[in-house]
Amino acid sequence: MANVPVHEWTLLEAASRVREGEISSRELTEALLGRIASLNPQINAYVTVLPERAMAQAAACDEERARGVFRGPLHGVPVGLKDIFCTRGIRTTCGSRILHNFEPPYDATVTGKILSAGAVLLGKHNMDEFAMGSSTETSHFGVTRNPWDLTRIPGGSSGGTAAAVAAALCFAGVGTDTGGSIRQPASLCGVVGVKPTYGRVSRYGMIAFASSLDQGGPIARSVADAALLLSVIAGYDRRDSTSVDVPVPDYLAAVDRPVRGLRVGLPKEYFGGGGLDPAVKAAVERALKALTDQGATAVEVSLPHTSFALATYYLVAPAEASSNLARYDGVRYGHRAEGSAGLIEMMSRTRAEGFGAEVKRRIMIGTYALSAGYYEAFYGKAQKVRTLIRGDFAKAFEGADVLLTPTAPTPAFRIGEKTGDPLTMYLSDIYTIPCNLAGIPGLSVPCGLSAEGLPIGAQLLSAHFREEALFCAAGAIERAVPVPRVAPFRG
Amino acid sequence: MAITREEVLHVARLARLAVTGDEADRLREQLSAILEYVKQIDRLDTRDVVPTSHAVEMGTPFRDDAVSPFGDREALLSNAPDREGDFFRVPRIIED
Repeated sequence: MANVPVHEWTLLEAASRVREGEISSRELTEALLGRIASLNPQINAYVTVLPERAMAQAAACDEERARGVFRGPLHGVPVGLKDIFCTRGIRTTCGSRILHNFEPPYDATVTGKILSAGAVLLGKHNMDEFAMGSSTETSHFGVTRNPWDLTRIPGGSSGGTAAAVAAALCFAGVGTDTGGSIRQPASLCGVVGVKPTYGRVSRYGMIAFASSLDQGGPIARSVADAALLLSVIAGYDRRDSTSVDVPVPDYLAAVDRPVRGLRVGLPKEYFGGGGLDPAVKAAVERALKALTDQGATAVEVSLPHTSFALATYYLVAPAEASSNLARYDGVRYGHRAEGSAGLIEMMSRTRAEGFGAEVKRRIMIGTYALSAGYYEAFYGKAQKVRTLIRGDFAKAFEGADVLLTPTAPTPAFRIGEKTGDPLTMYLSDIYTIPCNLAGIPGLSVPCGLSAEGLPIGAQLLSAHFREEALFCAAGAIERAVPVPRVAPFRG
Repeated sequence: MAITREEVLHVARLARLAVTGDEADRLREQLSAILEYVKQIDRLDTRDVVPTSHAVEMGTPFRDDAVSPFGDREALLSNAPDREGDFFRVPRIIED
């Protein structure tokens, strides 16, 4: 490892070297801040960088280490957070103009957990506005560029986090996933991303988009790094009433567990469609071969309601979003339109100025779907179809331990390529959305490169709270299909 | 599933979104296309299906009805776009 540059170390390597005293947290933090200063202007992965705060935190970690004090498994290691997690006293924008000046008076549970584990916070990552988007192009703070090819999008909505991890501008980060927002950018940037079971990671202080679907999770450069980071952020939280009180297993131990005997289900509906790029299909087939070569067995399964998932999602998510985003009214925090004669006018103009086009579109769809006379036909109907989609997965997991699918139908597309037609953009989440509707966990692991040298990810899905099976299968794919873990971008 | 310009303006009022004339026309077009797409779920028979509001089965969580003060009042108020002492200041609520 001697010739691997510091910033390319894995999260586990960095943590172990700080612990062993081979490098100080200050040296590590300084190296990454230097890299951010030189590369972030081109990639735009960070909307906020915290050099002074990060160096002070690093110095405190070094001082504690000298006294033999360790906060936790991330002691002294620099990481980043999607700008959707509240950070006390640090601007938290959610990618929106309406929150451009918001300084939360409290930390999200996820923020508190990574800080308690000893992590140094480098800054906040760019994202699609309110996590609504698949390309990071809807951010008020400009598009994030894919470090594998700066003319392409990094995916979204956690595109800033995936790009920062892939470009080695942090050792790992935490994103959120409502319909694929961790897994799709992880796939497009060649890194590992995990959407845990609904209720596994606290949503307290994580700015809400669609409350019945949102879930926070790790983005990292190795399966083991993602496993470690999930074990840090997972767990019951009394401040989130949908948080589930089940013990957090040792995810890291699952990564090296043999896959012999593991039943890998292949949902036939995920491989037949016309939109699937042949290079993606071939790469996922190589991932399957890696699993069967190591003793797993492949079984065909069927998820018959798959083709209805996107339509269901685009009713459920906007409906919940329209309700959640009602709180942004210019009264207590954030942007306020100037010069209004009355309260209603102030609110309507504040929201018109503060929200971008995609967010407005979804608020409109959601408000329409919930409005008098339409509730049953739209939101009520979608909730029933959601039950059918859950049932599909429950049946599939009777015969399979994990499901293997593509994460996204194509590698990263070009900036501007899909902004003209919202429905085309929505289709890039076609393989990731059903997982959120069913509340099950999903993981994207790199499994190859396209002919143009762009990363391709394979998606693994398992039953509720069976994340260990995902880490086990992903570890086996990672060992057999080596893909560069840092984007070849040098700036 | 075409929606009318009047419906767009009505929904925008419900959502407290000021929209321009151009925006209303564009939204009418885009919302019609999206609603047309999502209407495909009508093809499914869901008469005997129970709706899902949360995907992970769990009961209603209870907690003690106890007050725990937040403490940092100033951190809350300092985010206000306009304030007067410990109050959020807003434009006139009742029109003349």
